[in-house]
Amino acid sequence: MRAIAEGLFTDDKPPRLVGGRDKTSGRIVFPCPPGSDFDPVALGSEGTLWSFTIQRFRPKSPPYAGPEDFQPWAVGYVELPGETIVESRIVNVDFDALSIGMPLELTFIPLDPAASEPVMIYAFQPKGAAA
Amino acid sequence: MSDVCIVGIGIHPFGRTDGVSGLDQGVFAVRQALGDAGLEWKDIQFAYGGSDAAGNPDTMVDRLGLTGMQFINVRNGCAAGGSALFSAQMAIKSGEFDIGLAVGFDKHPRGAFNALPSEYNLPDWYGEAGYMVTTQFFANKITRYMHQFGISHQTLGRVAEKAFRNAVHAPHAWRREPVSLETILDGPIVSDPYTKYMFCSPAEGGVALILASEKKARELGVPMIRLKAATMRTRPPHSFEVFAPFVDVVENDSGPRGTASRIASADAFSLAGIGPDDIDVAQLQDTEAGAEIMHMAENGFCNDGDQEQWLAEGRTELDGKLPVNTDGGCLACGEPIGASGLRQVYENVVQLRGDGGGRQVPGQPKTAYSHVYGAPGVSAVTILER
Repeated sequence: MRAIAEGLFTDDKPPRLVGGRDKTSGRIVFPCPPGSDFDPVALGSEGTLWSFTIQRFRPKSPPYAGPEDFQPWAVGYVELPGETIVESRIVNVDFDALSIGMPLELTFIPLDPAASEPVMIYAFQPKGAAA
Repeated sequence: MSDVCIVGIGIHPFGRTDGVSGLDQGVFAVRQALGDAGLEWKDIQFAYGGSDAAGNPDTMVDRLGLTGMQFINVRNGCAAGGSALFSAQMAIKSGEFDIGLAVGFDKHPRGAFNALPSEYNLPDWYGEAGYMVTTQFFANKITRYMHQFGISHQTLGRVAEKAFRNAVHAPHAWRREPVSLETILDGPIVSDPYTKYMFCSPAEGGVALILASEKKARELGVPMIRLKAATMRTRPPHSFEVFAPFVDVVENDSGPRGTASRIASADAFSLAGIGPDDIDVAQLQDTEAGAEIMHMAENGFCNDGDQEQWLAEGRTELDGKLPVNTDGGCLACGEPIGASGLRQVYENVVQLRGDGGGRQVPGQPKTAYSHVYGAPGVSAVTILER
């Protein structure tokens, strides 16, 4: 799997997201910033939906690197208990079924499914949803 | 200490003006402000100018005259206008100068703002994945706010309906046709729950304000509009801001979070020595309909959740308890970043002078409030008194 960026996911199978723990305060941030102030930390893979919306138009390129052929996608914030709240695509769910508080789990999807060697981005899906 | 006064105002109409550069729209506004104050360009001792995407403001001297005056450029995102005004005010308060200019202009391409991650200290993947989109943040913020505080889709619609209705009477506004609540609510969805009528668009325009010491203002014999407070503030810990890959977990997440707006507002009221109940008219950042709703509470005008009743009862209409966005705000004027915050102050001066025509707030308002908010968590507030 080719990740969209180095150091964003762990090498585990399945991978986990890498956050940063502030060496002084213990605060967890995402992603892990460069430099020596933060220790990389593998984040939990389950959480709940904190908020959401649907991206209904194709974001401008650059910087967007997704396919030209645009299909709307859900994007929200997922609370990983006791850690942090990460921004993420929400996949494998009907838009109408999205609701704040719903349980979600980490998954990975290609940014452009039609690409020959797609880069993978992280996403969350309803717990137990078929990928 | 004596007050700083706004003695001249000028505006180039907002919207789209093909063939006129952003800078020339700023020059237009400056000339109008000079005329309004009865001054000439050579009388202006200094300027602070803001532009996000339309070039260096100090190059205006090519057009206005090479007097050798001091001209400092301000680049501070959506707070650029507020920062220019704050700086101009301080230059006079310090005693260094008696009379100067705060000017802002911009000219953005059509479509959504096109921000790059590196400009916001973010990794490239964040933009590649499609998250450098301001509308996503605004939609996420209101989705949670509606869930927490019981705000309805209809209330979002009422905000936009009011904006277009007020703008009919504002010559500088862009969208000056009324739009029915039904059309607004049933319009194409941009980012749920917002339809296209509930988002403002990047636009063009220019605004100029001439500031003077109280002594100088008296000499000019113009209406005394006093700048009682001008604050610019950045975000507190745990806030939820534009372009946020993460938000902090907090122990009790049932209430509202701190914001740059809350800080800028509280500090402005403290400086002015008055409270939200004393304000007669307010211009609140309304880049989308929900922003006006949330900013009503963040600026202390109501409790979170009360907006549902406020809008239903028309309390933010021109003849309501607290008229909000009397010229249609960003929703009807569009958002040229460098000029937008100064437009709010321009509109407040119009209202305090009683020159609002069909959009004039009744009862001879004495106090006026303005507020902007932008990425990555900046806010600027002003309070004017007549």
